[in-house]
Amino acid sequence: MTANARPYVDARAAKGLWASTRFLVLRRASQLFFLALFLSGPLLGIWIAKGTLASSMTLGTLPLTDPFVFLQSLAARHWPEGLSAVGAAIVLAGYLLFGGRSYCSWVCPVNPVTDLAAWLRRRLGINFTAKVRPDLRLYFVGAVLAASALSGSIAWELINPVTALHRALVFGLWFGAGGTAAIFVFDLLVAKNGWCGHLCPVGAFYGQIGKVALLRVAADNRAACNDCMDCFAVCPEPHVISPALKGERTGATPVITAGDCTLCGACIDVCSKQVFHLGLRGRNAVRPDPSATAPAPAARVVSSQPAVLERDLP
Amino acid sequence: MSDSSSSIPRDPRRRKALQDMTRLSGGAAVAAAMLTGFGVSSRARPAQTLRPPCALPEKDFLAACVRCGLCVRDCPYDTLKLADWADGPAVGTPFFVARSVPCEMCDTIPCVKACPTGALQHALTDIAKAKMGVAVITSRETCLNLQGLRCDVCYRVCPAIDKAITLEVSHNARTTKHAIFEPVVHAEYCTGCGKCEKSCVLTDAAIKVLLVEVAALKQDEHYKRGWEEKTKAGGALVDAPLKLPVRRPEGGAP
Repeated sequence: MTANARPYVDARAAKGLWASTRFLVLRRASQLFFLALFLSGPLLGIWIAKGTLASSMTLGTLPLTDPFVFLQSLAARHWPEGLSAVGAAIVLAGYLLFGGRSYCSWVCPVNPVTDLAAWLRRRLGINFTAKVRPDLRLYFVGAVLAASALSGSIAWELINPVTALHRALVFGLWFGAGGTAAIFVFDLLVAKNGWCGHLCPVGAFYGQIGKVALLRVAADNRAACNDCMDCFAVCPEPHVISPALKGERTGATPVITAGDCTLCGACIDVCSKQVFHLGLRGRNAVRPDPSATAPAPAARVVSSQPAVLERDLP
Repeated sequence: MSDSSSSIPRDPRRRKALQDMTRLSGGAAVAAAMLTGFGVSSRARPAQTLRPPCALPEKDFLAACVRCGLCVRDCPYDTLKLADWADGPAVGTPFFVARSVPCEMCDTIPCVKACPTGALQHALTDIAKAKMGVAVITSRETCLNLQGLRCDVCYRVCPAIDKAITLEVSHNARTTKHAIFEPVVHAEYCTGCGKCEKSCVLTDAAIKVLLVEVAALKQDEHYKRGWEEKTKAGGALVDAPLKLPVRRPEGGAP
């Protein structure tokens, strides 16, 4: 895959500026919104959400707790006394509806930093990337829970750069932002989408919720795909696209079912053929092919898939 | 495995998958071991960093506290802070330093009410029963009262005056005609709020709040007080005074 340094050019020409940056703008707005909920108190004295992303209280009535932190606490053998169990259940239910790793691209404060690293990578033409397996993070989730159980403490929160950055922003603990700086350098120079896409156990945990979550991105207009590969260039988890986009021959669902998808909507923005839309899991309807004759490039990509598998067999 | 001796594996994908799984598990085990070590070592904290009232013992506290900062937000006196990397306690956990801002011991204990996990125990509703630490006169040599002066500040500011700190009068042997008013802490009533340490007039406070585990308030189980045992048993536990041999230098006169 050759990464296109300027993947949005086609989409902008075809759909205009708003339709090709819509999800990016909405995501940044969402990230700022969630940060503003926590910052309005310390900055303006208007208290909306107190606490941090680990656990918070909104308007004195809505408790929210990160289910991954909660799970670590259980692993460390603490049975919660207060509202954290309720808060964790609410957050879990929310992400079961709204897509699991949507946390990563719509709420997490580290996301703009890793997005910046990915964007710089494309612009500067940095193609080197260390090979880290995307499923390493799942083992990392196991390691975090094991460490919590063995040490009897909420182990990941000792080094978690995600909540550390949030604490830095909301409580002014600036040393905590150091981890995010390290992530930026790692993502820029060592591995493409290295942190969010390969290591972060928080994202990996939300990815498990994403496997069954209702809201999904669907390549329901996949017949219109012209194989420009722009979506692969901008997607932070490119491996989730192929099964849905190229599943036509095998009759696979056009819904991106993989939990790793962060619902960032970059593929929706970048696609000049409007292949992708937000949709619900289970709605497998495919939009009919606009052109009567099947496009040749699609056939080429489909036929290349099994050839690889056959070569691997003895 | 039956096919391990053969050079051609039955299914290369299976072998590859097993290899990958082993590699990843190994990596995860190393990460888990390092994180466990870090988790255990994070129990250590500087002696002057105190936990909020009604906090669980440190080990259990670190299993319970989710580092949300809700207690910090609801502390009306800005006593509580969240630990940054350089502060000492486990990062993100709440603490206070008595010499900077002591605990004002609010009757309603808002910090405990705000805690969503029970790391600060909701069962304790009387702030006078809190045990954030215990005050100790750490420097008898510099304490003004112990020099025979009348400073009394730690005694005066104590929220549990005449219970947690009392002034014990004794003869001043230096002047031979004055009294020494020694401040004495009674750990039973001391909540460890730190007001005494905060207000000590010396550059280095002569009275300091120590962590309960540092002050070691627990009596050893095996150490019995004869007079208490005697009362419990309703009488002397030995029949008569023991007859002990008289030891003198050999050949010495009786």
